[in-house]
Amino acid sequence: MVNTITRLILIAALVFSAAVSGADRKNSVIEGSKAAELDACVAPTALMRREHFKFIEHQRDITVHQGIRDTDHSLSGCVDCHVAKDTHGKHLPIDGLNPETAEKQFCAGCHEYSGVQLDCFSCHTNVPVTTGK
Amino acid sequence: MSDNFDQNRRDFVSVASKAAAATLIAPGVLLQSVAHAKPRSEPVSDENRYGLLIDTTKCADGCSDCVTGCEKENGLDMLLKPKGASDESWERQRPRWIRTVKVKDRLSGHVSSLPLMCQHCEHPPCVDVCPTGASFRRADGIVMVDRHTCIGCRYCMMACPYKARSFIHENVQLRPTVAPRGKGCVESCNLCVHRRDNDVAGTACQDACQHGAILFGDLNDPNSEISQALKERNHTQLRADLKLNTGVRYRGI
Amino acid sequence: MKKTYYREWGIESPRYWGILAVLGAILAVAGVATLHMEHEGHWVTGMNNEVVWGLPHVFAIFLIVAASGALNVAALGSVFGKTVYKSLGRLSGLLAMTLLIGGLLVLVLDLGQPSRLIVAMTTYNFKSIFAWNIYLYVGFLAIVGVYLFTMMERKAQRFYKGVGLLAFVWRLILTTGTGSIFGFIVARQGYDAALLAPMFIIMSFAYGLAIYLLVLMFTFNAEGRALGDKILLRLKNLLGIFVAAIFYFVVVYHLTNLYATENHAYEAFILLNGGIYTTLFWVGWVLLGMLVPMGILFHPALGKSRGGIVGASVLVILGGLAAMYVIVIGGQAFPLSIFPDKIILESGFQDGVGGAASIYSPSLSEFLLGFGGMVLALTVTLVAVRMLKFLPASLADEVVDPHHG
Repeated sequence: MVNTITRLILIAALVFSAAVSGADRKNSVIEGSKAAELDACVAPTALMRREHFKFIEHQRDITVHQGIRDTDHSLSGCVDCHVAKDTHGKHLPIDGLNPETAEKQFCAGCHEYSGVQLDCFSCHTNVPVTTGK
Repeated sequence: MSDNFDQNRRDFVSVASKAAAATLIAPGVLLQSVAHAKPRSEPVSDENRYGLLIDTTKCADGCSDCVTGCEKENGLDMLLKPKGASDESWERQRPRWIRTVKVKDRLSGHVSSLPLMCQHCEHPPCVDVCPTGASFRRADGIVMVDRHTCIGCRYCMMACPYKARSFIHENVQLRPTVAPRGKGCVESCNLCVHRRDNDVAGTACQDACQHGAILFGDLNDPNSEISQALKERNHTQLRADLKLNTGVRYRGI
Repeated sequence: MKKTYYREWGIESPRYWGILAVLGAILAVAGVATLHMEHEGHWVTGMNNEVVWGLPHVFAIFLIVAASGALNVAALGSVFGKTVYKSLGRLSGLLAMTLLIGGLLVLVLDLGQPSRLIVAMTTYNFKSIFAWNIYLYVGFLAIVGVYLFTMMERKAQRFYKGVGLLAFVWRLILTTGTGSIFGFIVARQGYDAALLAPMFIIMSFAYGLAIYLLVLMFTFNAEGRALGDKILLRLKNLLGIFVAAIFYFVVVYHLTNLYATENHAYEAFILLNGGIYTTLFWVGWVLLGMLVPMGILFHPALGKSRGGIVGASVLVILGGLAAMYVIVIGGQAFPLSIFPDKIILESGFQDGVGGAASIYSPSLSEFLLGFGGMVLALTVTLVAVRMLKFLPASLADEVVDPHHG
């Protein structure tokens, strides 16, 4: 009797966590961002998930010291493609939450879960911002 | 006779193309062109050396258009005084990449105005003293800070003979895509490096100056406007005694 | 040779914990102030784009300079073979480490990006004296640690003299490196001087010894341990000589500057019309920091009294802080000479309009951070002497020098 209940609880937990993590996996790309319409264009999704920080860190030195901007790995490129807008058409901070729906935006989705602190957006802008106007 | 005709046609073409270029380079349209301009795909090399020639005889008294232009393009105008800071201390703590200075000659009493920014030295003291190498001179002569490596020790600010560098004293809420900026790092004029790397001509200060006092160009190109101008008349470095071989030269002081 | 006995600091428990509680409270307040500065950014301090190094650096550089000087007492026993100082070596090594840790902590916590300490320790530009200093400071801690080990572990004692020599040479290079932080700056009138490096060395001798004397006298008096005049008067005479040497360097530095017309404006600023900097120079550094202590230390009666020695040591330390303030902040406040043959009428970036100095007024948070570094050094020292055998059991005259009665 106890064995059965234990087994049932275990199965339920597994199914639940699969459902939840599966849901997270689907939702890391935000509806309405440019990336939502595209297939994995920089690199296969699994590779990006595991190695995106290596691409970004390697590229930043190349960009700053050699001036190379023609790259898929620029941080501003990530922001440009993955940033989403709220219902009023305003860009939402890519490392934050949607204030209306509390939906975690692209970076926050995984980074809050994994507990890896992001330092990029203390300096880089988390929404596309143009100047000179 | 045909020479005159050719010259007139040349003049017309030159004026027309300059007018067209000026329209294209006007601020609102420019940033569209940055987005669509050609990003650099080959590393910078020392075949170029970028610099400025400032003609202080053309710099108008009381004008600070270059400062405004730079602040707009590089997002310095997005910085807000922190709540609780006094105006006086904010004046001394907010970053500036370029400022205007008015000086009077001790002997002649002659007064001139001039813009002052990072001099992009060939032998920059700021690069020598940076412990992590964050302050560096790019191959094309631009002296700048790699803010990924900057630890905010401010030694470069101590070492700069021109007080060109600024420290970010506060949390930054709004910053542009072309000019990231964050608390605790040091920055200075980078000759609009986002333009350099996206094949967009000129600098914000040159574009904003309506008196033609600022001329940007490639010092290594003998045919560039700046090289020709440097050959034509005298120019000086600030603190020439330090033998830093600056990339920014002045005329008229 | 008679064996020296060392014993842990034995003051009564309630007093010990009471002292730690007070020090801990100060450290807590300093910690809160530091967190506030780090969280908000440097806008809450008096530092700005002209005076980029403020009160924390004054304290930090003082502590670092004093740290290398504190090791001198041990060097006297090992490198210079003066056996009478040998028993003082352990406290000397300990103070060298704690003062350095206190100073470095203040420096790191004042960085714009203190969380990037790892970057600072792994990415180097070796043309920068700062980069060399990181190796020198960390190496100093390691070498002094080994030095202490050779002093405290009987089996390692045969390495004592060798490691002692290495430590002495290393500390000389370290203090030269610290002075060179300023000496290598070509841009500023007050700095670009090779003399600053040896001047920092001689300052380290005095400040380190002054702190050493105070700690020695406090720990011994508090516990009632015998501290005889023989050793104490030797130390106080040394302190007097070191202060006199600083005085010589200060005179040479300023006379040399005064000879060059280029530097006249800076000299006038420090010596005559620099406001707080002039006051701190004459009253703080020269009078209270050098002349009065020399007067006390060489006075036939005052120089032999415990109160006189304590007073002189305290004044030397205060004078050292004043000296650092004048050098570090005065040197920055004096406007850069970008246009030597022009007068500046207006500037959009505080370029010394009409020769005016830059404005800096220290904030409480900065003082707490800097002072907290000193308190931390003291706290760690007191904990260490309580836990381990750093202090000699007795420094009575018969123990120190039995042959000369």
